[in-house]
Amino acid sequence: MPDVFMPRLSDTMTEGVISTWVKHEGDTVSRGDVLAEIETDKAVMELESYESGVLTRIIAPEGATVPIGQSIAVIGEESGTTPGPLAPTAEPAAAAAEPAAQPVAQPVAQPVAQPAAAAVVPAVPDARVRATPLVRRLAREHGIDLATVTGTGPNGRIVRADLEGFLDRPPGAPATSVVTPAAGDEEVPLNAIRRITAERLTQSAAVPHFHLTATVDAAPLLELRRQLNEQVFASDARCSLTDLLVRAVGLNLASHREVNASWGGDRVLRHGHVNVGIAVALDDGLIVPVLRDVDQKPVATIVAEARELTSRARAGRLTPEEFAGGTFTISNLGTFGIEHFTAVINPPEAAILAVGAARDEAVVLDGTVVVRPIMRLTMTSDHRVLDGAVSATFLQDLVGVLQQPLRLLA
Amino acid sequence: MSEEVQVTALAGESEETLRGYYAQMVLVRAFEQRAAEMYQRAKIGGYCHLNLGEEATVVGLMGALEARDYLFTTYREHGYALCRGMAPGPVMAELFGRSTGVSGGRGGSMHLFDSKLRFLGGYGIVGGQIPPATGAALALTYRGGPGPDAEAVMCLLGDGTTNIGSFHESLNLAGLWRLPIVYVIVNNGLGMGTPVEKAAAEPDLYKRGCSYRIPGERVDGDDVIAVRDAARAMLDRARTERQPGLLEAVSYRLRGHSVVDPARYRSKEETERLRDLDPVPAFRARLLDAGILDAESAQRVDEQAEKDVDDAVRFADQSPEPPVEELFDHAYATPVANMPQQLPGETWQS
Amino acid sequence: MAELSYRQALHDTLRDELLRDESVILLGEEIGVFEGSYKITAGLLTEFGPERVRDTPIAEEGFVGLATGAAMLGMRPVVEIMTINFSLLAIDQIVNHAAKMHAMFGGQVSVPMVIRTPGGGGQQLAATHSQNLEVWYAHVPGMKVVAPATPADARALLTAAIRDDDPVLVLENLALYNTKGEVPDREAVGEIGRAAVVRSGTDITVVAYSRATTVALGVAEQLAAQGISVEVVDLRSLRPLDRETVCASVRRTSRAVVLEDDWFSYGVGAEIAATIQEGAFDYLDAPVRRVAAAEVPLPYAKSLESAALPDAGDLARVVHEVLDATSFTR
Repeated sequence: MPDVFMPRLSDTMTEGVISTWVKHEGDTVSRGDVLAEIETDKAVMELESYESGVLTRIIAPEGATVPIGQSIAVIGEESGTTPGPLAPTAEPAAAAAEPAAQPVAQPVAQPVAQPAAAAVVPAVPDARVRATPLVRRLAREHGIDLATVTGTGPNGRIVRADLEGFLDRPPGAPATSVVTPAAGDEEVPLNAIRRITAERLTQSAAVPHFHLTATVDAAPLLELRRQLNEQVFASDARCSLTDLLVRAVGLNLASHREVNASWGGDRVLRHGHVNVGIAVALDDGLIVPVLRDVDQKPVATIVAEARELTSRARAGRLTPEEFAGGTFTISNLGTFGIEHFTAVINPPEAAILAVGAARDEAVVLDGTVVVRPIMRLTMTSDHRVLDGAVSATFLQDLVGVLQQPLRLLA
Repeated sequence: MSEEVQVTALAGESEETLRGYYAQMVLVRAFEQRAAEMYQRAKIGGYCHLNLGEEATVVGLMGALEARDYLFTTYREHGYALCRGMAPGPVMAELFGRSTGVSGGRGGSMHLFDSKLRFLGGYGIVGGQIPPATGAALALTYRGGPGPDAEAVMCLLGDGTTNIGSFHESLNLAGLWRLPIVYVIVNNGLGMGTPVEKAAAEPDLYKRGCSYRIPGERVDGDDVIAVRDAARAMLDRARTERQPGLLEAVSYRLRGHSVVDPARYRSKEETERLRDLDPVPAFRARLLDAGILDAESAQRVDEQAEKDVDDAVRFADQSPEPPVEELFDHAYATPVANMPQQLPGETWQS
Repeated sequence: MAELSYRQALHDTLRDELLRDESVILLGEEIGVFEGSYKITAGLLTEFGPERVRDTPIAEEGFVGLATGAAMLGMRPVVEIMTINFSLLAIDQIVNHAAKMHAMFGGQVSVPMVIRTPGGGGQQLAATHSQNLEVWYAHVPGMKVVAPATPADARALLTAAIRDDDPVLVLENLALYNTKGEVPDREAVGEIGRAAVVRSGTDITVVAYSRATTVALGVAEQLAAQGISVEVVDLRSLRPLDRETVCASVRRTSRAVVLEDDWFSYGVGAEIAATIQEGAFDYLDAPVRRVAAAEVPLPYAKSLESAALPDAGDLARVVHEVLDATSFTR
């Protein structure tokens, strides 16, 4: 028995109101007879019957609001028995009474091109720095801290020209040589490591810094190392002085959070993790693999990881994550017999520690001259992040830890 | 019937032809009624304009048009499409927006097209078809000289269209350059809701060609034979003399302008009167009276039409919609570099 | 090679195509007996007769629609609309009919029609006769719009337009008709949809089309003497638009200025600026600037007309502003 449905009577209609039933239950209807008047969003329209028969049941009464496609009455056979629940319409063309569903064909979304992740420097958003898109890209690619660049564009905007000195010469521009090669000179082109190192060190030159030097009586530390290598570590996996220094620095940074920090352009970033980088010399240049969470790791772990990272660094097989994320750097030239040197800050870290060789020196102790192995530590600090007293306290406490090295094993 | 209406005699017509006309009128009637229902079921979207009540005009005009002629219509075109030879299935599929539609689902009710049948659209802009139709007639003059076998163009338009600029510019060009075209005004008394005399300074629309020296004639749109003969005569003059013509066929829409128009501008009496003039039952009665049809065969014709329409709806229902991947398929006839083909939100950088 | 005027290049192209293909016909007001209001079609009526070169009544909607219908039946009409201002009378036939028939009818018909029409102001023709409306048509899917700046390109692009099966609007310019340039003797079919770097440079990109390209080239020459290297990109095609050529240039120079004869708001330059920020964002050292006409119905008085229309001085000044904004040093 066919349903009478709420018709769509305008292109914008979604529902209609039964204004008046012209035919009533039990009436005979012929095809074309007006069954009801329907009020739409635009006008009152007559609903004509598509079927002949008897209007056996009115489902929606006058005044009812019905969505288009829904049944409002039933037309049955002449016998006039009220049908049960609505039977689906017998029309061969009767598709669902809902409006034709639009097949949702999602076009393949165009992936948004992600810029390649910056190699070394964690991305620091320059919130109040005005810079052109070109400048921002170059800064990202070359690890330039735009806070260190003066803008000469409108409103202090940093423009490409302002990056001169922070970058290589741009391609296409003539390379101005500072030195003219003479006969017999060998020109060594810059590889990637050297180029990036050069850029970053140039950047570092702009950081306002100060140096503090302290001496360490290295005898307890050397003795600890000797015992560890004798009793704990295998001959091919020895603990080095640097490993112990990493642990000492790590513990000290955990208790001196203000030193475990980086310069963030318009703020200081104090890091949650203590990740110490160790400077490794390669044939090609300098690289700084990073040991993570060294305040949480025992000496044995540090020894193993440092060995692993260093050997991979020498083989050129470090992944970018392994030299990113550092919060402090240690550079040890002691093995070269250097007694004292000043290291250059690894930006954006707030400080770096230069470690000299432990050498026997004559020192005065309790009024007497004695021979002790003396190691000099020189800390370079970014004055924008650290004041003299803060760094001095850190260094003093570090010396204390190193001179009571069992604390490294606790 | 409440009035005596003069109709052209059936004598001289072949019975087969007349039965054919009846079958076509019934098919158009059945198709258009079903289209109305499909629209109300939201299977057909947008606008839907019907030829209900105009069946005699439709069949008569298509009876005059030769296969080699070209036809341009308005948006009230489903009946013309069927009588010109498009199968009901693909026509209904076009109304349903399916890829099997006569325009590939790209045009809908107002933009039917079939290049083989020389049915050149289907136009939604009132009067938009008239200049192109005139241009098609111009192109015919390059193909050969005038003669009884020459091609011609028939351009349909509504009564309201005779007021728009493109009508006048086109008739002027046709009259000036003597183009083989017949413009047929299907005058159903109303331009949407406006009666002819409230819109046209010259409501005898067939006279409006005189500014362009285009002879005009008025014919009873409910008399299928009269319509055919008048159109045929004008087409002959267009072919043989390159004399354009203006034919006004007067008929009445049985319903509103389109499926969504309740026709409140008509009084109840007027609507009743028009029902009495319905050309389909009238023609049926004439054929029954003349013994050309009997009740049984008339019934069979009616049932066949319903069945054909049922089949058409089923065909349309089962046809797929054009896939999104084909959105840009008919962007250009000649491909060139850098054709824009982005979906909303996509970038042009590939 | 021969040195021809832009007008002559158009004329010769029409003549060659009329000779080559008998389905090509010309339609327009005063193109026959009067020989063309800008003399582009001089002599063609005499040579080809009134069937191939048809003078029309003043009825733009009528004859542009007529051309559309003839094109549907396989002819190749080339319609001259006396100036782009009058195209508005025919805009329904162009936008709603010619541009849409191929798609709307499921690819069953095409409209191989050309509309040739000049834009441009500056001759004190006042507001309704001085407009540059090409961007209206460049906006419409189904249309192709080309804008040759030189006689060589006029020849190449008009040839391509006539042989193309879609409706093509060929934008000419009143000020260009008398310009001269080298035109190859052999047949040249231009490529619709491609721009060209017509002058290479390193310091700044100027994007232009039609008359503005010639102005840009003049300014580039001037600035070269001052040590500034200007790259000029001639769009040549507004629809489709060759975005990649524009962006590639800006990636090289990092600075961009558009010179256009149309009005500033919603003009061609707006599309170019959006394109550059989409395709060359990380290479821009300064915002993209647009030098366009003042937004006012163009006045008759010479002082006001000159002020309202963009010229070489305006372009040079803006180029300097962009260079300064990037702290450019030679």
